[in-house]
Amino acid sequence: MSVDGMLILTRSAPYGSSAARDALDVALTCSVFEQPVTLLFLDDGVFQLMKDQSPGDIAQKNLNAVQQSLPLYDIERLCVGKSSLERRGLSGDDLILPVEIVDDSSLPALLAQYRHVLSI
Amino acid sequence: MIFSIVVQAPPVQSQGAETALRFARAVLAAGHHIHRVFFYRDGVHNGSALSCTPQDESNIPQQWQALAKEHNLDLVVCIAAGVRRGVVNEQEARRYKREQWNLRDAFELSGLGQLVEACIQSDRVVTFGGRS
Repeated sequence: MSVDGMLILTRSAPYGSSAARDALDVALTCSVFEQPVTLLFLDDGVFQLMKDQSPGDIAQKNLNAVQQSLPLYDIERLCVGKSSLERRGLSGDDLILPVEIVDDSSLPALLAQYRHVLSI
Repeated sequence: MIFSIVVQAPPVQSQGAETALRFARAVLAAGHHIHRVFFYRDGVHNGSALSCTPQDESNIPQQWQALAKEHNLDLVVCIAAGVRRGVVNEQEARRYKREQWNLRDAFELSGLGQLVEACIQSDRVVTFGGRS
């Protein structure tokens, strides 16, 4: 069994709901409390990390700005589901930050590395 | 075992909040301890004192309040999520120059740090109403 820290699992597109922003807020708070935290992006959640977002037209704040601050908060492990990425025609090069691309078969082992998993 | 429960589901529009309530009762009935119930995102509406339901339907916020009183539970509404949605106590109402407030007795407003602290203190953290 596990271990330490928290894994935040986020599966929603960046805009259209507040999920992406709410997940980031929890991640940043974990960091403030010096809890090791990893973000796992699955399904439409992979769109959260796309470069060059311009949500100003729909009166939303650009997530990229907060995402780029994640390393400053020692949130450096960002995991992305491989099949989620591929099904959407994306690769790691399309993303704003370096990520760890995780096979579907490796997901259970990844989840097991954390004491708690929060889905947002 | 020490549990904490995270409720992201609003009380009426989805089943998640009632499921969380049932889960909380089951955890207590099995002799476990609930460190905290943390209400986040639209789950903050569980903390409204103004919800009214028809007599033959259950009033989920009222049931949280009753369960908290019976078992001395710590019910925490995320302050940032609550202020955005208009679920506030008197102190926050004054801070934001509002003339009304509506946080139900037995709930308190506090920050996301209370969620993280709950994770640190608890053996199990169970989320209801995630992914929307």
